Amino acid sequence: MTASASISNELDVYAIRKAFPILERKVKGWPLVYLDNAATSQKPFAVIQALTDYYTEFNANIHRGIHTLAEEATAAFESTRDAVRRFIQAESREEIIFTRGTTEGINLVAQTWGRKNLKEGDEIIVSAMEHHSNIVPWQVLCAEKGSVLRVIPVTGKGELIWEEFEKLLTPRAKLVSIAHISNALGTINPVKKIIRKAHEAGAIVIVDGAQSAVHLDINVRDLNCDFFAFSAHKVYGPTGVGVLYGKMQLLEDMPVFQAGGEMIKEVSFEGTTFNELPYKFEAGTPNIADTIALRFAIEFLESIGREKIRKHEEELLQYASERLMEIPGLKIIGQAAQKASLVSFIVENTHPQDLGILLDNRGIAVRTGHHCAQPLMKLFGIPGTVRASFALYNTREEIDELIVGLEKAVHLLKR
Amino acid sequence: MDSIKSIGEAEQEIIEDFSLFDSWEEKYEYIIDLGKKLAPLEASSKTEENKVRGCQSTVWLVAEERNGRIYYRAESDAIIVKGLISLLIRVLSGHTASEILEARLDFIRQIGMTSHLAQTRSNGLLAMVRQMKNYAIAFQVKNSAS
Repeated sequence: MTASASISNELDVYAIRKAFPILERKVKGWPLVYLDNAATSQKPFAVIQALTDYYTEFNANIHRGIHTLAEEATAAFESTRDAVRRFIQAESREEIIFTRGTTEGINLVAQTWGRKNLKEGDEIIVSAMEHHSNIVPWQVLCAEKGSVLRVIPVTGKGELIWEEFEKLLTPRAKLVSIAHISNALGTINPVKKIIRKAHEAGAIVIVDGAQSAVHLDINVRDLNCDFFAFSAHKVYGPTGVGVLYGKMQLLEDMPVFQAGGEMIKEVSFEGTTFNELPYKFEAGTPNIADTIALRFAIEFLESIGREKIRKHEEELLQYASERLMEIPGLKIIGQAAQKASLVSFIVENTHPQDLGILLDNRGIAVRTGHHCAQPLMKLFGIPGTVRASFALYNTREEIDELIVGLEKAVHLLKR
Repeated sequence: MDSIKSIGEAEQEIIEDFSLFDSWEEKYEYIIDLGKKLAPLEASSKTEENKVRGCQSTVWLVAEERNGRIYYRAESDAIIVKGLISLLIRVLSGHTASEILEARLDFIRQIGMTSHLAQTRSNGLLAMVRQMKNYAIAFQVKNSAS
């Protein structure tokens, strides 16, 4: 037994809250109840401090400078790559490409691997519960290449229909791009199984990890995914940085994405040779400060322990799901057996936007709307939902506040 | 003909109404009531063309001109937006194009509803105000051409 485990298996949420300065804030006179973590998580002090430290102590451009500041900045930047490799258990640091976020990661694969390998009549498989970011890049690619987008349908509970997925795995299927966790429903998709099946059919798989990197222990080698994309800002890190993991062989075979500085080996007007991985895909001066700060977010998560966090978030999900059912007319949208800690719901005869506005007046931040998943909302026949999404710093008391706020809002709207 | 209040007078009246409320609950209760009382648009007016794009709620807006004055009717699927629309109609409807274009609609700020005009894509009120003014411009252009 490790020292920390012997102290407690429970997460001390009140101690953790102290690490997040924003949670002290009041909104419209009420203590902030932040339940919009699936949109972006709040940042611990260590991450905020890392940003300040970089700009006050060692701001410099990386990889080229010979001076001390450049060396320090480069070392800090590259140490994040090592931390990310460990975080998602990739084989090597060369497989970790820094992007602006999940969206850019998906676009990168579409514009490089996709452009090189897809041809007319080839098929790309996504699911009906994808975020627009995992639909539109493929539509753009399909329009260019004459490839076809195929969609795995979902059940009323919000789970993929497995048989339909298997039917789509024809020899024409070249790529499957699938959300690990649905941002709108919370469904955890069986990606390992999906990857195995897709590989058998000769298709590669990209996992949209925007929602999963913060909730699940990610092991890209065990999943055997070909690509995995996520965003720093949803894992307690800063905005503007993301990660694309790709298997070495695939990355090596891919043409470049953007061209410019950093990604070149030698430039002449007769021709240019490109840098090695991972720099081949990192054109221009990267987002140095935020990338450096991402390491502190990862270390923060690791210091607490993924298992403890998972347990805490599962309890929050269960408690919230139970208490929400006390509200007359409330229906939870997305009742998959495997769910991450977010609840999407509607209340009969009320509009999600009205509920969101009234909750905000009590300092409660939730997301309302279609969650950038319009095809999914259409499927459920609703304009949108209210979504409460939980993080490691949320408490049962905050869920109680949500329930009180909802009761009052529903009362006001239905009077 | 009914004597029409000026836009400024109508705004002032609303500001005074709202000054009676102590809490946000009361304000919203009032706005929600206004929303419920807003006459519904006939189904034939709820067309794609008449939609004002907000990200979350849908607003339909129609305008017509009679005797040099513009009259608006509108509806939304969200009740608070509907209440705010009702206020906008109360202030702007029945005025001339130039009066509508000059209106600064400062009452929205004064009654504490500025957040609904924020650029968050989250509701259609800002788009609604813009669309109401666009109609005024359109009628102005049409009249000067004829």
